[in-house]
Amino acid sequence: MNFSRPKGRDCSEVIFLRKYLLKKILIYVLTFFFAATINWAIPRFMPGNPIHFLIARFATLPESAKVLQSYFTQAFGLDRPLMEQYVNFWRAFFKGDLGISIYLYPQPVLKVILRSLPYTVLLLLPAIIVSFVIGNRFGAFVARKKYLDNIALPIFYTLTAAPYFWFGILLAWLFGVVLKVFPIAGAYSFAMTPSFSWRFVSNYLYHWILPFSSLVLVMLGGWAIGMRNMIIYELEANYSRYMEALGSSQSLIRRYAYRNAILPQVTGLAIQLGTAVAGTLTTEIVFSYPGIGYILMQGILNQDYFLIQGCFLFIIVGVLIANFIVDILYLIIDPRIRKSYTGEI
Amino acid sequence: MNLKEFVYFFLRNKKIITALCILGLLALVSIFGPFLTSYDPLEFASAPYQPPNRQHWLGTNTFGQDLFTQTVYGLRSSLLVGLFGGGLATIIGLIIGFLAGYRGGWFDEILMMLTNILMVIPTLALLIIIAAYLPYRGVLIQSVIIGLTAWPWTARAVRAQTLSLKTREFVDLARITATRSSKIIFQEIMPNMMSYVFMVFILQFGGAILAATGLDFIGLGPTRGISLGIMLQQATLWNAIQLGMWWWVVTPGALITLVVATLYIMNTGLDEVFNPRLREM
Amino acid sequence: MEILQVKDLKLYYKTLYGMAKAVDGVSFTVRKGETLGIAGESGCGKTTLGLGLVLRKPPMVWCGGQAFIEDTDLMNLDEKSMRKLRYEKISIIPQYAMDALNPTKKIRQIIQDLLKEHKQRYEEKQELLTERLTLINLNKKILDMYPIELSGGMRQRLVMVISTLLNPKLLISDEITSALDVSTQKTVIQTLYQMKKKGFMDSLIFITHDLSLLYQIADRVMIMYAGKVAEIGEIQDIVDNPLHPYTRALIGSLPRIGVRYHETKLKGIHGYPPNLLKIGPACRFKERCPMAFNKCEENPPIFRVNAQEVACWLYEEGERV
Repeated sequence: MNFSRPKGRDCSEVIFLRKYLLKKILIYVLTFFFAATINWAIPRFMPGNPIHFLIARFATLPESAKVLQSYFTQAFGLDRPLMEQYVNFWRAFFKGDLGISIYLYPQPVLKVILRSLPYTVLLLLPAIIVSFVIGNRFGAFVARKKYLDNIALPIFYTLTAAPYFWFGILLAWLFGVVLKVFPIAGAYSFAMTPSFSWRFVSNYLYHWILPFSSLVLVMLGGWAIGMRNMIIYELEANYSRYMEALGSSQSLIRRYAYRNAILPQVTGLAIQLGTAVAGTLTTEIVFSYPGIGYILMQGILNQDYFLIQGCFLFIIVGVLIANFIVDILYLIIDPRIRKSYTGEI
Repeated sequence: MNLKEFVYFFLRNKKIITALCILGLLALVSIFGPFLTSYDPLEFASAPYQPPNRQHWLGTNTFGQDLFTQTVYGLRSSLLVGLFGGGLATIIGLIIGFLAGYRGGWFDEILMMLTNILMVIPTLALLIIIAAYLPYRGVLIQSVIIGLTAWPWTARAVRAQTLSLKTREFVDLARITATRSSKIIFQEIMPNMMSYVFMVFILQFGGAILAATGLDFIGLGPTRGISLGIMLQQATLWNAIQLGMWWWVVTPGALITLVVATLYIMNTGLDEVFNPRLREM
Repeated sequence: MEILQVKDLKLYYKTLYGMAKAVDGVSFTVRKGETLGIAGESGCGKTTLGLGLVLRKPPMVWCGGQAFIEDTDLMNLDEKSMRKLRYEKISIIPQYAMDALNPTKKIRQIIQDLLKEHKQRYEEKQELLTERLTLINLNKKILDMYPIELSGGMRQRLVMVISTLLNPKLLISDEITSALDVSTQKTVIQTLYQMKKKGFMDSLIFITHDLSLLYQIADRVMIMYAGKVAEIGEIQDIVDNPLHPYTRALIGSLPRIGVRYHETKLKGIHGYPPNLLKIGPACRFKERCPMAFNKCEENPPIFRVNAQEVACWLYEEGERV
């Protein structure tokens, strides 16, 4: 009998999972460390000494010049040794001190960001999920169907090649200006204050629908193309041919292929996350939607460097968390990772 | 795949031929377009708010600038960013991925750690943080920073290719016969990777154009000059669509979409040429 | 009684340079309860033949001939009936048996789905399945595992059981031993023999490039060369008295114990099979044949000599088939 089941298998599976996740977390912590260091280093080491350039620029504003200059020197700690500046940077970070916004002086950057974060998350997350589900279904549906494929593929390519915000502009023009059915600016009506009343929520959703749809449409193209290619690949795989040789219907074979093709797509989810975030940021600008992207642009236009850097850190943290979620998701749906450690029995 | 097969499938592939025609046409427009207009892209040309007409083919904007002039100059800078930025990213990715795969060991570990870290950080965020601190930005500088941030996935893919090529017999043979490393690289491995590298370049080309457009739009485009992204940014800032000036936003975005979609389709076509499994029989 | 009757079957591959005639006018029969071995060099069309009986997908195209399985012509059957016929009447153990199962589905699920496609209930087959798994040394616990958790050999045996679960009339086993070492080969062949004896399938087509294996399992043998039948006969007759020069060369090239190279020169076959894209009117073996004569400019028909069928002009005095 050459079959035997290793004893304590469930236990070893847990150990393996823990090791796997710990390794992932380590990489993400390292990534964050690296990104934060870049964030710290760029204003200090960029050619042309940007901080001095910055101070010189604000020095022309008579009233605030002095305050700002001393604030900058103090905030960046420019008079201290580099090592100390670096340590102080981390110390401040763990205290949640990301500096003071210049554009919204004197509000702390953290407060400004936390206020806009929900708008971005509530736009981005549903858009990613909905586009992922629909895009994959579409892609799987058209794969290896010659005529359908020939029509659908150019559409998918156009969607995925369009800059996110341009698509947003087009939708805003069509539905907001020409048809006048949806509002095209802000996250809620000017006269309202955010609350959990039905009136506010419905008003919020009414403003949300256009930026959301434009994000979904653009993202959908990429998923559909990826899925189409993966399905073609899977339909050529040995297991598909075997099932066909045993008289299975195309629908069953496609269902199996879909199950396998979705796995690399989930990995793609992690890879595409950065692009999706970037797309959301620019789409927010189109719709004057008060999320991270919108305040980021205000920060750029007003040379509010603390705000820009704060946004950068938040984007990184968000993407890292999302990556980790995708990793866990992948563990759940792909038995190959969970089981591979046992090797051949 | 031999040359005859390659040429046959290359010329027979409708995707590739269509893409080449479109790209050639756009390149011609970007090269010779500026000679077709008597205006300067940033100067007042005539009355503002004009829809497309005989004198101003694509209309004028809020400042009375001629949009056709802006579009052809903008197309030129977009293609340049694609060429330089995409080219640079491809070269860096190629070198890093290749060295990591070929040398292996701790060298590989460190390079791949760096690559994996950079892969997780969204490129646009990184670009923003760099570009925000540049007091002067031109098309070339934009290309350089895009090239410097876009290489990681290329490096990873090239590394995988190198690893698979490294173990093939012909490389082993060269190594046994004590052929110099540089000779192995340039005579044995590189030629086998050319098709792949070319496809990577096409994707990077499109990616660089999209990245530059995003940067321009968020307010970090070239400080002087014009690009398709800047046109869209100004249109948004000056409420073009609220004012019904659709002509200000439709052409620049459509051109970017056309260029990038064409590149993607060309890539798919090349994939079919190189990878028989995807071919339609 | 014949289970399978193949008449002048032509299966070609559509390529860039024209049609590759992988199976070009092949006729043979498989009788009830027998094992027919098909042998030949790689590229002689044996795998195409085996696969083509079950499933033809582009670039493989059917270009003529018939293949009757109990009065049903496999070549002229609508897709729906053909689908029903696969697995129930004609089944296959593929060359790639070791990775023929979807790695991300549990084995029980795969079997359930396959049975459902043929309107069979898993519950009814469960007992049979367990019994057969025991026969091939697999615990029924593997049903709750993923294929990747099994070794290659286990997966292959599992596929053998899955392929025969509906007791097909005809099972095609396609080069299932070529990737294995000699001792495993023996086990697999024994298993296959056991399966046939216990009635998992009525008849068996055993495709291999290894003539010595056929001697262990086949009742009759068909030797193929470049898409054509070279010789068909009882295994003992073929081994004792090979007629076709190609069969002789094949048997002569088998290594024998007790014969040392310097004593008897090993008889290999010189040269290469013809390009299947450019086939002339001459006998396909002519270029490599030590006995070729002027008659060989024309492709030989099949002659019957005693109980053997042979496609060679040397046997012109035999009865034409």
